[in-house]
Amino acid sequence: MNRFLLPLGVFVLLAVVLAIGIRHSPDKGIIVSPLLGKAAPEFSLPVLTEAGRTLRSSDLRGRWYVFNVWGTWCPSCREEHGFLLEVQKSGRVPLIGLDWRDDDAQARAWLAQLGNPYETVIVDREGRTAIDWGVYGAPETFLVNPQGIVVYKHVGALTREAWETEFLPRISAQAAARS
Amino acid sequence: MPVKSSQAAPGRPGWVALIACALLGVSAAWAIDPTELPDPKLQARYLALTHELRCMQCQNQSIADSPVGLASDLRREVRDMLVAGKSDEDVRNFMVARYGEFILFRPRFSARNAWLWFGPVVLLALGCFVAIRILRQRAALLPQDTEPVDEDLRS
Repeated sequence: MNRFLLPLGVFVLLAVVLAIGIRHSPDKGIIVSPLLGKAAPEFSLPVLTEAGRTLRSSDLRGRWYVFNVWGTWCPSCREEHGFLLEVQKSGRVPLIGLDWRDDDAQARAWLAQLGNPYETVIVDREGRTAIDWGVYGAPETFLVNPQGIVVYKHVGALTREAWETEFLPRISAQAAARS
Repeated sequence: MPVKSSQAAPGRPGWVALIACALLGVSAAWAIDPTELPDPKLQARYLALTHELRCMQCQNQSIADSPVGLASDLRREVRDMLVAGKSDEDVRNFMVARYGEFILFRPRFSARNAWLWFGPVVLLALGCFVAIRILRQRAALLPQDTEPVDEDLRS
């Protein structure tokens, strides 16, 4: 009996370690952003639809906003576009679009054709702001609270499921804590 | 003399030259990143850094080897920081702050991954401990068991 105890112990330990490892990697393609819980990176970028206007990150302080990174070259952005329009219709939280490494004329045509879900779209032609936000593929969607802290990041096309399970509860939770 | 050789085997050097030219073209086309920094020391550091940073979009390539737009943007950041006099560690910190440890092909030592570094050593020590205990137990048993057999063989 005693001579089986050690190998059994080692086996159980290994099984537990591997089980934890498997549990913690549901999506190997998705990398947890180091930005979560930190202040949203600052930016000051031109607005796509109004020549001469710039939007600064400080302009957005004091309210929730969703920061959505997209580009006309990105097929998944087309896929999520319909749902973004629904989010806009719900009126819960404004969408700020970051048009990443894109052509302005094409971006305007895209919005004219598919509808514009964004309160403001800013243009990041050189991709510097995207790097500051740790963006590695479009679309990516961040949730930023009124204190300017990034509270959630979604990688890939935004889905109703992600919206209802990850975004909305976070917004309601803080609103409830306030009142 | 090259002229003589071409007379000896007409047509052949022409083919060799053609193939050589074709290969030259290929090597130039494969170079994703044509950047040359003015200072050779900076250039060496630039090459080393871009080879140890992961392209997050195509995760098994370095940003030096990847043709995607994001990789070229990140190479530009590295280049600009080096030219501005930043250290290699500054560049790594910049990348890690934005993309996390995953961007480094050579992970840093931290409390979270300490068991990865020390795990094998601990396991080896454990194995040695068990092996020594087993050997000692056997050694204690051996003299009594083998002696009569040896006696039998000798007679």
